[in-house]
Amino acid sequence: MTLKTFLGGVHSHDFKEFSKLSAIEKFPLPKKVVIPLSQHIGAPSKPIVKLGDTVLTGQKISEAGGFVSIPMHASISGKITKIAKFAHPVGNLQMGIEITGDGEDKWIDLVDEENYMSLSIDEMKKRIAEAGVCGMGGAGFPTHVKLSPPTGITIDTVILNGVECEPYLTADYRLMLERAEDIIKGLKIIMKIVNAPKGIIGIEANKPDAIKLIEKMVKKEKGLKVVGLKVKYPQGAEKQLIYATTGRKVPNKGGLPMAVNVVVNNVATSIAVYEAVRYKKPLIERIISVTGHIVKDPKNLEARIGSFYSELLEFCGGTKDDIGKVISGGPMMGFAIPTLETPMTKGSSGLLLFDKKEAQKDVEHTCISCGGCVDVCPLNLIPSIMVNSVRYEDWEMAEKTGVMDCMKCGSCAFVCPSNIKLIQWIDLGKSKIFELRKAEKKA
Amino acid sequence: MNKTYAVSAAPHLHEKISVKSIMWQVAIALLPAVIVSVVFFGYRALLLTMYGIVAAVITEALIQKMRKIPISVSDGSAVVTGMLVAFNINSASPWWLPVIGSVFAIGIGKQVFGGLGHNPFNPALLARAFMVASWPTLTTAGWVKTKLGSINGLSNIPAEWPAIITSATPLGVAKALRDTTMVSSNIANLAMNKLAGTETIMKLFWGNVGGVIGEVSAAALLLGAAYLAYKHIIGWRIPVSYIGTVAVLIYIFGGIDGLFSASLLLPVFHIFAGGLILGAFFMATDMVTSPVTKAGRIYFGIGCGVITVVIRLVGGYPEGVSYSILLMNILVPLINKFTIPKPFGEVKK
Repeated sequence: MTLKTFLGGVHSHDFKEFSKLSAIEKFPLPKKVVIPLSQHIGAPSKPIVKLGDTVLTGQKISEAGGFVSIPMHASISGKITKIAKFAHPVGNLQMGIEITGDGEDKWIDLVDEENYMSLSIDEMKKRIAEAGVCGMGGAGFPTHVKLSPPTGITIDTVILNGVECEPYLTADYRLMLERAEDIIKGLKIIMKIVNAPKGIIGIEANKPDAIKLIEKMVKKEKGLKVVGLKVKYPQGAEKQLIYATTGRKVPNKGGLPMAVNVVVNNVATSIAVYEAVRYKKPLIERIISVTGHIVKDPKNLEARIGSFYSELLEFCGGTKDDIGKVISGGPMMGFAIPTLETPMTKGSSGLLLFDKKEAQKDVEHTCISCGGCVDVCPLNLIPSIMVNSVRYEDWEMAEKTGVMDCMKCGSCAFVCPSNIKLIQWIDLGKSKIFELRKAEKKA
Repeated sequence: MNKTYAVSAAPHLHEKISVKSIMWQVAIALLPAVIVSVVFFGYRALLLTMYGIVAAVITEALIQKMRKIPISVSDGSAVVTGMLVAFNINSASPWWLPVIGSVFAIGIGKQVFGGLGHNPFNPALLARAFMVASWPTLTTAGWVKTKLGSINGLSNIPAEWPAIITSATPLGVAKALRDTTMVSSNIANLAMNKLAGTETIMKLFWGNVGGVIGEVSAAALLLGAAYLAYKHIIGWRIPVSYIGTVAVLIYIFGGIDGLFSASLLLPVFHIFAGGLILGAFFMATDMVTSPVTKAGRIYFGIGCGVITVVIRLVGGYPEGVSYSILLMNILVPLINKFTIPKPFGEVKK
């Protein structure tokens, strides 16, 4: 099989060996959870419960704050004990709802619609929106919005993202091995909703068993195929995945996949869609890899949203060595967080622990213009000049070299021999230019 | 109170690469050329190289101490500069020449601008220009014969050929044959064909001709360049566009009897003679002083090639590699500015 890929990118050891052989394990029902009101892109959800209310597992506790937003649901049954700011996996404090469990896990009533494929498209979308499904690969874009392209735009291909190009993470890999059937069912639902004849599942070549398994399952299905992809970061970035699997280029400056008639969803999201449509099951649990070489017993856990990272780590036996850094997500785009007392969200694909040595950052040197960042940038930007322009506040040049196009994949910082914190500078540049644009609009 | 951990911006992984590792690998890649020059010129070549390195390192450390900034000589960049300075002089030079060259390279070529990463010119080439201008007889003239062969690789020269053909370096001869009116065109053509013959070219390739320390053996330099390419420290764009441009232009303009009168071997001769291999693989590719954009690197290489050929064919010097790179160094910010590529997915307007 010839492997497809994109231009640029970096090669890293994938570090998946720690957790890839651990089958998905159920994390025991937590005694307490915190459900952040914002776990997605778009307006935060608005609480509809009060302190002291009793809730059932799966009960809606906050409603969508707009069309581009999702509701949240109780992930355990119990009492609302706090509505306040809590540590959030992006590294700051955000509003959340604390539920103290009754230990009984009393669920709301679910349905089992065996003929779910004959439901109307509007009903399907409604169920997905009601279940609070958002992209589970990281960014967390509300799924029902993704599946509602404006009139006039046709979608011909649905791509499922099974790339999992972030080193260390194995959550999607285990899902593909253990729940491939549900992934394909979800894909068919999505294809029906957007009326797309073709479905592609993109998987990186370092998961040959997953490729083989799903290939076998879709062999007789019309319109479905698996595309094996070269092991290269960021192969799973939306635009890169679309290019590699279809050869289409999503326009820059905020262009969406639908502009090239494509919708992309993560494989975990696909399962959430299936469960929402067939069972009306809200998204209250997900698979998370707890990994890193200092973790005693790295695992892939199926855990309730709102479970604390500290408890997940404890369940994996804790660490063999002192912790140097706690990362929510993968090592390339994940967030270093200050405390393990942080609840997991719908986008939490991994909890990664580094020891003191791995956490050490080398001193930043002057740029030697080696052009390494230019060679690896998957978006064909000029990171070195971009960062220098931000440093010297030349916003025009920063924009010209692509600071607003950057998706912050981190490839440039990964290869920089001078250890320049490119992403930090780029972030600064993005926010400054946003500010300037705002001020300009006002004036 | 819960335990808290230090945070930092993503990415949290980093490739095993540093400025230090890059510079030391360049130094390693230059070693084969040092060894070959010792074989052909004797231990003096090694000694002069050592003088160059030591002077560069001491100068860098002293200036950094004066500037009250961390001393960074262990990053190897001064070592590389010192080596390259010594590579640009011939092995009969006095001991102080590489020392002064290195002091100039580091002091004026690099630290005055703020140190590594800020210098607009390749420091070693700037030093070469300085040495050639200050002590022309010591650097460009006075070539030494190698222990095993001749100065310009020519052997069995007929007695009636004038001294101009027998006394200079290969590129010097090529230049003289184009310029002189003292030699009949018949002899000039014969001599040119002999010069650009397989025998001379093989000598140039292995290094058995006169020249400065570093440019003596194309084979040794190519070995080092192959190592750097394998380690992804140098890319193909600059060397290929540079050497390709020289080859094409020499084929078109290099002959004595007008356009396209050159033999097919003349471009090969021009590639291996003089400092082109050293310049194209080790000097033009200097990261600090070459463009960062992919297209820019190609334009940079083409520019170096054009200027090199212009100097070699119609300029006042037989060799133009160093000035061509220095001149193109000046244009790097401009080249970068005009070669910013379209981002992935840019919509055509």
